Amino acid sequence: MASLPPQFLARLRHICGERFVLVNEQELATYRSDGLLHYREVPAAAVLPATAEEVREVVRACFAERVPWVARGAGTGLSGGALPVADGVLIALSRMRRILEIDLENGRVVVEPGVTNLAISKAVAPTHFYPPDPSSQIVCSIGGNIAENSGGAHCFKYGFTTNYVTGLEVVLSDGTVVELRRDDPGYDLLGAFVGSEGTLGVATRITLRVVPAPETVRTLVAFFTDTGAAGDAVSAIVDAGILPGAIEMMDSLSIEAAEQATGAGYRRDAGAALLIELDGPQERCLTGFEELVALCGEAGALDIRIAQSDEERELIWRTRKAAFASMGRIAPGYYVQDGVIPRTRLAEVLREIDALAGEYDMRVANVFHAGDGNLHPLVCYDSSQEGEAERAEELSGLIMKACVDAGGSITGEHGVGVDKKSYMPSMFSEKDLEAFQRLRCAFDPHGLANPGKVMPTPRLCGEVPGPYREHPLERAGVAERF
Amino acid sequence: MATVTTHAPATFEEAAEALAGAAAEGRRVRIVGAGSKLHWGNPTDAASADLELRTTALNEIVEHNAGDLTATLQAGVSLADAQRTFAEVGQTLALDPPLVAIGSYPPPTIGGVVATGDSGPLRHRYGAPRDLVIGATVALSDGTIASSGGKVIKNVAGYDLAKLFSGSFGTLGLILSVSVRLHPLHDPSATAVGATDHVHTLARAAVALAAFPAELEALDIAWHGGRGGILARCGGREASRRAQRTAERMLELDLEGVDVAEPDEPLWERQRAGQRSPDEALLRVSVPPAQLAAVLLAADAADATVVGRAALGTSYLTLAPKAVADVRRRLPQGATSVVLDAPPGVELDRWGPVGEPALRLMRRVKQRFDPAGICNPGVFVGGI
Repeated sequence: MASLPPQFLARLRHICGERFVLVNEQELATYRSDGLLHYREVPAAAVLPATAEEVREVVRACFAERVPWVARGAGTGLSGGALPVADGVLIALSRMRRILEIDLENGRVVVEPGVTNLAISKAVAPTHFYPPDPSSQIVCSIGGNIAENSGGAHCFKYGFTTNYVTGLEVVLSDGTVVELRRDDPGYDLLGAFVGSEGTLGVATRITLRVVPAPETVRTLVAFFTDTGAAGDAVSAIVDAGILPGAIEMMDSLSIEAAEQATGAGYRRDAGAALLIELDGPQERCLTGFEELVALCGEAGALDIRIAQSDEERELIWRTRKAAFASMGRIAPGYYVQDGVIPRTRLAEVLREIDALAGEYDMRVANVFHAGDGNLHPLVCYDSSQEGEAERAEELSGLIMKACVDAGGSITGEHGVGVDKKSYMPSMFSEKDLEAFQRLRCAFDPHGLANPGKVMPTPRLCGEVPGPYREHPLERAGVAERF
Repeated sequence: MATVTTHAPATFEEAAEALAGAAAEGRRVRIVGAGSKLHWGNPTDAASADLELRTTALNEIVEHNAGDLTATLQAGVSLADAQRTFAEVGQTLALDPPLVAIGSYPPPTIGGVVATGDSGPLRHRYGAPRDLVIGATVALSDGTIASSGGKVIKNVAGYDLAKLFSGSFGTLGLILSVSVRLHPLHDPSATAVGATDHVHTLARAAVALAAFPAELEALDIAWHGGRGGILARCGGREASRRAQRTAERMLELDLEGVDVAEPDEPLWERQRAGQRSPDEALLRVSVPPAQLAAVLLAADAADATVVGRAALGTSYLTLAPKAVADVRRRLPQGATSVVLDAPPGVELDRWGPVGEPALRLMRRVKQRFDPAGICNPGVFVGGI
């Protein structure tokens, strides 16, 4: 564990208060990992600011000493994006959890970054809701969602975090505070910031769009003999122009695990289950739902169960969202993957995953957002066996490669973080990565914000090359260059 | 006066080389698609460009993955042509800025629509280009060809440079191709319409209908000379019945002449046409949606014609250039307004005020992506 100069720590204590600056190793242990536990690093210090001003002052103090820092929300991320740096400061935003404004007339809320995702939907219920809903929504923070551009089950229909953020107050790594608003003239820096994994700055005040709650929601679970048949049902539904709020698929191993957790009565003899939710205006939902049931039947559904009450719907969702956590019941260790494929390549890629699992003699459970082709293969392994974790990671990497080869992506919603940065070159050329770095350098030329994430190799920002040429507007005194 | 040479590269490499060549010689480049929005942004006299780079020869629909509802289009593809291709299998790119020639404007290319961030009534439900573009390949002024995003609708790997280039007016580089998300074509459609001559009745109706759970494709207003109306479009399954129910809600909101239009395309063609003004100034105003009344009152005072997105708070005002300053004074605090277009020779502050810290950051972005400063110099915010 590295240490920081005493006068710098005194400055942090002055800003946040004695209690909210942590330097002792035991207190710091909480922050050494995010949701991806096998990456660990103890930061030199952690601070828990209470206000945007305190965040700004902490960042300014870091800038003055060129101390790197990492912002952290609830720490539920699955890519090591909030992994601390050893000689840096961890800025935990968990005390900033105020909902600052609820303005339903304008369909918006203003919140601090530590507010949980679910708290936002609860605050605007029952008339409105906030659509992006990661499985960790009970605890994950909106600031973290913005860093990762989080998705969730309802994103196929409703879009992702980036489609709902309309304003941000951002502290840049030099301590400058910038207001980014969706409709302001100029570059879409708001769009560039969302999903930048904490490497461009830290958001301290967040404005979000919320939408009218659907009038009708109907939910079903359909069971199939295998994932291929379930995949055919998904294609038939999408081809018919039906746009469900969510289409989630679970294979037999994840059904088994989830069933052990919630006892929802899922068919254990089924090779795949599809959870489909249709929401919207009542006219559209009722006819659409009948069609949906018919299409599942035509695709060979063994059994279709329709939720008859809010409780039944809630149980269906709880079972789906428990799939990750409950995997521990059937395997002592597992490795979650987050690949994306074009949906039409589903059957082919699942076959490839099966073949790879066979080669490694490991079990892989599949839980995924079927509508948008976002796979979450869970590679199960026995953590008591030496070398198994490494083999699981290797298999997981091959699965990711299969996704990229099918025209997809290495990550759909978990982010690159530290975990996938070495895979970036499988998707992007050196020129592409250099272009990313240009953006990074414009925001954070000293590389102080969340260093060591996203990019496969460490990079520095050079001076801006090129000749200076006075623009006519500068000559006229209308504009200045900085 | 220097002569402007025109070049229409046929490959990405040719385009990148043309940019790099211009940068090496310090020649300024004007990037042009169909040329439908050349008057947008700060006026630059034609001679201020040394090279005009046209995307017209980059006009291939590279991929249309119908089963995945995605497509990859080269920048010079006409949006109308692309829509015809998608419609053959019942799909659409849910982006509907004016497509037909209006006045001297030829139909736009996809590259131009993305570069200017232009959109139409469907923005209500589907967003602007930045929300529909899932990947982009660009050429930078040092000859780099770089891609970001991908061809799948869900993807968070790397920075979202496609959003950065959307609406950047060609000042960061040349968009070579974009990958887009498609949607099912929601046919048939039906539109509930209601009219009023009270600003506050229309504004109240706009807020109420924005919260009405009818899953509207579009919710627009139109206003001129103290009278106007609201249009709520339903598409796809049960469109008629949903439009009927929306019309019933309009009656409760004190609107007059309430009706359901089927077919409704002419109504929407008119709304889109309201976003162009060959002879007058065109001002795009953004306010929180509940402040619509203030925008309409300001418009009335200037005899402006308004079309707009009721639930988004975005309005397009067509007005005499000399009335722009007065309208801006009357807008509520926090409103932003951009003069998209104005007749040649008229001097107007096109972009309005921009926050200084954000502008400084934008200049740094420009310097990193176009260090030679040759891509569409001067047209953008703050003279970027």
